[in-house]
Amino acid sequence: MSSDQKLYPLDSLVVAFEALPHVKVLGLRCIDIERGSCLFELPYNEQLVGNSETGVVHGGAITSLLDSAGGAVAFTVVAASKSVATLDLRIDYLTQAAPRQAILGYANCYRQTQSVAFVKGYAYQDSIDNQIASFSASFMIGSVGFTLNAD
Amino acid sequence: MPINQLPLFEQIIELKNSGRFVEINQLIPYTSFVKLELQEGDEGLLTILRQTDSNIGNTKIPAVHGGVVGGLLEQAAVMEVIYRCDMMRFPKIINISVDYLRPVNALKDTYARAMLIKQGRSVSNVRVEAWQDDSKRLVAAAHAHFLMK
Repeated sequence: MSSDQKLYPLDSLVVAFEALPHVKVLGLRCIDIERGSCLFELPYNEQLVGNSETGVVHGGAITSLLDSAGGAVAFTVVAASKSVATLDLRIDYLTQAAPRQAILGYANCYRQTQSVAFVKGYAYQDSIDNQIASFSASFMIGSVGFTLNAD
Repeated sequence: MPINQLPLFEQIIELKNSGRFVEINQLIPYTSFVKLELQEGDEGLLTILRQTDSNIGNTKIPAVHGGVVGGLLEQAAVMEVIYRCDMMRFPKIINISVDYLRPVNALKDTYARAMLIKQGRSVSNVRVEAWQDDSKRLVAAAHAHFLMK
């Protein structure tokens, strides 16, 4: 990111992300966003359950939470007009999420090149001392894929 | 006792013993939320993510949300473990690694097939591939580990 490049305004990134159909249906909300880091919240919803006995949500919902946070954080550091697309992600499930409780997803872009944004993060409940999953991903920065209108 | 009154793991074993894998997939609420279906054929299990507007994560292309693609691959993986492995408990995911190879067109169905690489006593390793029109043009791939004990 060079200083003369215009970046996406953070408030319009949040509006655009929260309007995406799957983000909306999950009820994902952006709690906090800065250049290089962001925090999303996934409210508990019985329809997302992956184990009907324990009530624990399916990994797919946690993947959506973390991929959304990771994609959003990549958008905070790229020049406006650039696109961002997930290249790969890895999730380690550290412990089972507690049912009937929201899950938070934090993502941090720790390095960025011209073409790739490298992101790490985690999912947790209540406090960051209670991590349920860790997350590592890379996002392609380019001109193809998802872009946002800068203004 | 009717199957649906048994504990979940016993329901799965009962259904597995009578070859009713489609019903095992339906026991998981998330599968109806994103419209994940299961078919059993000569080549084994096939998991299908039906075209659904609420799965869109990119309105411009439009493409399926990366998290839903991950959910498809994870579900195909866990069903393969249930299909192929001797289980002592419900397989618990340890980790998953997903490669996004092409945009996943949100106007089409997406298919996934998993392959059990190793069944260990404590851990199983599964690889999964997903495609849309052509099974040789993959849109995503993953590998995952499941805890078996």
